[in-house]
Amino acid sequence: MSRIATRFASLKGHGRTALIPFVTAGDPHPATTVPLMHAMVAAGADLIELGVPFSDPMADGPVIQRATERALAQGVSLHEVLSIVRAFRVGDPDTPVVLMGYLNPIEVMGYESFAAEAAAAGVDGALVVDVPPEESTDLVAALRGHGLDLVYLLAPTSTDARIRRIGEVASGFVYYVSVKGVTGAGSLDTDAVAARVETIKSLISLPVGVGFGIKDAATAARVAAVADAVIVGSALVSRIEELEQTPESIPGVIGDFLATLRVAIDAADRG
Amino acid sequence: MATTPAMLSDRGPQTGAGPGYRWPDANGHFGPYGGLFVPETLMYPLEELRVAYERYLADPEFQAELDADLQDYVGRPSPIYHAVRWSRDLGGAQIYLKREDLNHTGAHKINNTIGQALLARRMGKTRIIAETGAGQHGVASATVAARLGLECVVYMGEVDVARQEANVYRMRLLGAQVVSVKSGSRTLKDALNEAMRDWVTNVDDTFYIIGTVAGPHPYPAMVRDFQAVIGREARAQMLARTGRLPDALVACVGGGSNAIGLFYPFIEDAGVAMIGVEAAGDGLETGRHAAPLNAGRPGVLHGNRTYLMEDADGQIIETHSVSAGLDYPGVGPEHAWLKDTGRARYDAITDIEALAAFHTLTRTEGIIPALESSHALAYAAKLAPTMGRDQTILVNLSGRGDKDMHTVAKHEGLVL
Repeated sequence: MSRIATRFASLKGHGRTALIPFVTAGDPHPATTVPLMHAMVAAGADLIELGVPFSDPMADGPVIQRATERALAQGVSLHEVLSIVRAFRVGDPDTPVVLMGYLNPIEVMGYESFAAEAAAAGVDGALVVDVPPEESTDLVAALRGHGLDLVYLLAPTSTDARIRRIGEVASGFVYYVSVKGVTGAGSLDTDAVAARVETIKSLISLPVGVGFGIKDAATAARVAAVADAVIVGSALVSRIEELEQTPESIPGVIGDFLATLRVAIDAADRG
Repeated sequence: MATTPAMLSDRGPQTGAGPGYRWPDANGHFGPYGGLFVPETLMYPLEELRVAYERYLADPEFQAELDADLQDYVGRPSPIYHAVRWSRDLGGAQIYLKREDLNHTGAHKINNTIGQALLARRMGKTRIIAETGAGQHGVASATVAARLGLECVVYMGEVDVARQEANVYRMRLLGAQVVSVKSGSRTLKDALNEAMRDWVTNVDDTFYIIGTVAGPHPYPAMVRDFQAVIGREARAQMLARTGRLPDALVACVGGGSNAIGLFYPFIEDAGVAMIGVEAAGDGLETGRHAAPLNAGRPGVLHGNRTYLMEDADGQIIETHSVSAGLDYPGVGPEHAWLKDTGRARYDAITDIEALAAFHTLTRTEGIIPALESSHALAYAAKLAPTMGRDQTILVNLSGRGDKDMHTVAKHEGLVL
């Protein structure tokens, strides 16, 4: 069983909802990311999504676009992200890490090389935003060959037939994009999300994470009541942006914020 | 191959695109290129668009509406013009120009925006969005939006807004909102990213009019089919005028919509050479250019796999051309396929060569060409002397140069 599947199985056994933070690797500096990852785990993160900087992040809102530009200005590309994961693994052999980004850097590295190098670095899966199941056959094969999961997005516009199809090719978990929009967009409607997540769960058996638009503990708690994982990205990245000039304070501040989400999620799980 | 959508360009007796060439396949692939590389949220609207596109392009009522607009509103058919003096000066092949510069709004772009806007209205969409580089596609989109009473938002890189002021003003006069895009390199590719973000957010009521033969399926095929009117007309006109097909077709290639529009109806005519001309900027050897087919490699950007300008890590790099309309790091996937299969070839022309051709055509024929089209003209000027006087070259004069007055004047050291 993959590290991701093991983690979700264990959480389910304890009746807990996963907390998944997203940060852009190398933002604002490559040296910030590994201590930040450890701090997030200490604050209650169950799995980490690490953004791979790409020059043309067409699914991202302004907050993550700027994070991407900061990381690219430091020369952080896919190879550097893999080095970051390798360094993280020295201190943490257990917490799953999923790379989130766009296809072109992986195309350039080659699917097989990427899968081999990512697995060797300690990566557990990839979420490639611009690869729907229609275009993923070769990438899935390469990742599976190295024991990596390919995580897919589901959207408010996904039909039942598409949800089933994605359930057949996805592994690890699926990521339900709770709003029509880019990362960091508006606020989600928790009632609508609850109804959609119920539908998704009736169609596929993988754990369902919910992200886009979760900005505070109250929303995290409401999402935790229906989802298997709460995914938080732009709310963290905007705090990192504010601390760009004092990067040493980032792990502490982000850890404290995540801890408030963890408390709210745990309370929702008990409720 | 699986079922192929009914295509606009398959209509009529003079298509030239016979049964042998049937791309893209049912999944939008041209060999290894093209496809659907988009976030999940866009899969449904793209499927909705594909279904509507196939339905209406086979619908005689839609065709009649489109044909009437192309005739009465755009001014089609555009003529072909024998550039007698210029051909004589070059001392070789006879050069004919397909006069897309005479279309309403001054370029070929409106052939496509008319088609997509009529489609948007049939689909019940009330808001259209577009990206633009030089501003020609933005103006063509704003124009049809004004005519059909649709809300229109045009995304344009901050750099392009500054260098194409007149077109920005034209779009605003036409009632469009022009959004200056400040992310990334602040040029066409970033405008496209921002338009995609708008579409993801407003999929219910919004139709995205992509201006070139790039983007996710069905855009490359759909835009080609709307632009193929250029080649259909030109093929019949050349036969009528010269009694035979041209020996070579020459067109500039940024995303490649005017080129594919000219080439497509000739694809099955094996004796007709097809040459796409990219922007070599300061020269291919300097790295400061916009010529992915000549100096790039395959990758994935903006929803399709194609040749791209990128660095060793797969990051898209900044391009350079004196012509804003060619300043794009990718190219339509069908051009990538035509290159690999050898059916078309692709060369590149520098800024300096394009500017020289701009002046030559202006002084010799009294036609001021767009800087984009000047790349095709510069190539034709090199090609013609290598051919016989009884041979013919058909150049797509894709747009007129009015919009480029400031750019050309600046190169002469003048401020208008």
